[in-house]
Amino acid sequence: MKAAFTIAGLVVLATLPWWLDNPYILHVLIVTGIFIIAAISLNLLLGYAGQLSLGHVAFFGIGAYASSLVSLGFDISLLTLKPKPVWMAMLAGIAAAGLCGWLIGRIAFKVRGAYFVIVSISFVEVVRLVAVNWVELTQGPMALNNIPPLSLLGISFLKKPSNYWLVLTVAVISYVLVKRLVQSKAGRAMVALAENEPLARSVGVDVTRTLVLATVVSAAMAGAAGALYAHYIRIVDPDVFLFIYTVTMVIMVVTGGKGTLAGPIIGGLIFGLLPEGLRAFSIKPEIQWIIYGVLMLAVVYFLPAGIVPALKRRLRWLS
Amino acid sequence: MLSVSSLECRYGKVAAVRGLSLEVNKGELVSLIGANGAGKTTTLKAISGVLPPAGGRVIFEGEDITHASARRILQLGIAHCPEGRRVFPYMTVRENLEMGCFLRHDKPGIAADLKRLFERFPILDERRHQAAGTLSGGEQQMLAISRALMSRPKLVLFDEPSLGLAPNIVEKTFDIIKQIRSEGVTVVMVEQNALAALELSDRAYVMEQGSVTLSGSGRQLLDDPQVQKVYLGG
Repeated sequence: MKAAFTIAGLVVLATLPWWLDNPYILHVLIVTGIFIIAAISLNLLLGYAGQLSLGHVAFFGIGAYASSLVSLGFDISLLTLKPKPVWMAMLAGIAAAGLCGWLIGRIAFKVRGAYFVIVSISFVEVVRLVAVNWVELTQGPMALNNIPPLSLLGISFLKKPSNYWLVLTVAVISYVLVKRLVQSKAGRAMVALAENEPLARSVGVDVTRTLVLATVVSAAMAGAAGALYAHYIRIVDPDVFLFIYTVTMVIMVVTGGKGTLAGPIIGGLIFGLLPEGLRAFSIKPEIQWIIYGVLMLAVVYFLPAGIVPALKRRLRWLS
Repeated sequence: MLSVSSLECRYGKVAAVRGLSLEVNKGELVSLIGANGAGKTTTLKAISGVLPPAGGRVIFEGEDITHASARRILQLGIAHCPEGRRVFPYMTVRENLEMGCFLRHDKPGIAADLKRLFERFPILDERRHQAAGTLSGGEQQMLAISRALMSRPKLVLFDEPSLGLAPNIVEKTFDIIKQIRSEGVTVVMVEQNALAALELSDRAYVMEQGSVTLSGSGRQLLDDPQVQKVYLGG
């Protein structure tokens, strides 16, 4: 039953560009998909390992910048780099984000709770200031322009349908990766840690290593989302580090159901598509955001564990 | 088997344990009793490596484990049943037990141990797919003890096993601990319920302000006028 539902959903998603010939809707879906990948990565840290990182967009932005810079090439006093193929640049973006995740994990997990939240916010602010002020490398507020699109195996990912499939593929890979990870022993350790840290320590969980692993995987995945974003939108400026993007990811995870595999996808689809859906009814922008806010409050108030856990409970109750 | 000498533990600048020494022989059941804040829990944490000691030495079966990691100490055979929140509340009973053998890799052995524990505690078998947080206090305690046993320890450290449990469950818990000891596992127990602890123990240590003030067999301490006055309300 569940498998049939999953396959049906995937078939609909995979064939969508053929029966939905509307570039605007496709664009909305691509951007939402990119954010869902970021939300999936945040869910690993927030939902499973239980650490609220309000600096998650830093990894997204680092992935975007690193990938763009490697594909464009740069020439600064420290280092000169010739433009590299985009697939290589994207891998570099993922690696750069993962490396930053490792660094931050090593440093930030000396503190927990509110202190960790503050460290994570400071981190993204530092990165944003670097992006604004290191003009030689990042062009600062002038932005990196003309970022080349991905082309791989003779396919150019310039048009919307191909980008849509690319994002869908990466999203499925991210989902499977997180699923495999949380069902592994390391994933169990993360959940144990979130539930009861002293007890987890006493059964032999290596706390630092587990949290750093969660951060590295999560950061690299957010970096992949950032790289996809950069080569799709083809312009990156320091605004990718805005706090609102982290908030969007947190909303997707929390409303969908943190600590559930489907949560960030369901939450992401609803809260990613909602603003555009409301616009379709030609509702004024200010009203759109009011409705968005009210709906979000309603979900958090009536379904505190999130949409997916509530649906699961309802299904069990029916059967 | 376990030898602790001049142990010092600090939380920041505050000394919680000052120059504590104790010996535990193989197969014994040893209790630490004393008032709140005497340093009992801290001592157990230092032995199991959860809290690195500031000074002194801890020797287990000839190996110096003073500065060993909690993982290493667990692998050597010391399991720690901490006080208070004893289980992983959102994991199922079975998953909790599996966390108990987190460092073990012998699948057939783990399966056999699981089966044995389920036979011993049928209520856990019945609730194996239930979230541990939904169990009653007594059942959670049984689960916590079972989880500690899943690592096949040589020595188990119990921290306040009777805390917050109904009187009939307390009795049952002590019965289980006695059983564990009779199966050849050495037990060190921290307990506020001094009477029950002393009746159960081969030997006991009385702690005050971070060090041992009195020690002897359970019987001796039960008859000691000072102990009777302070801890047994006599």
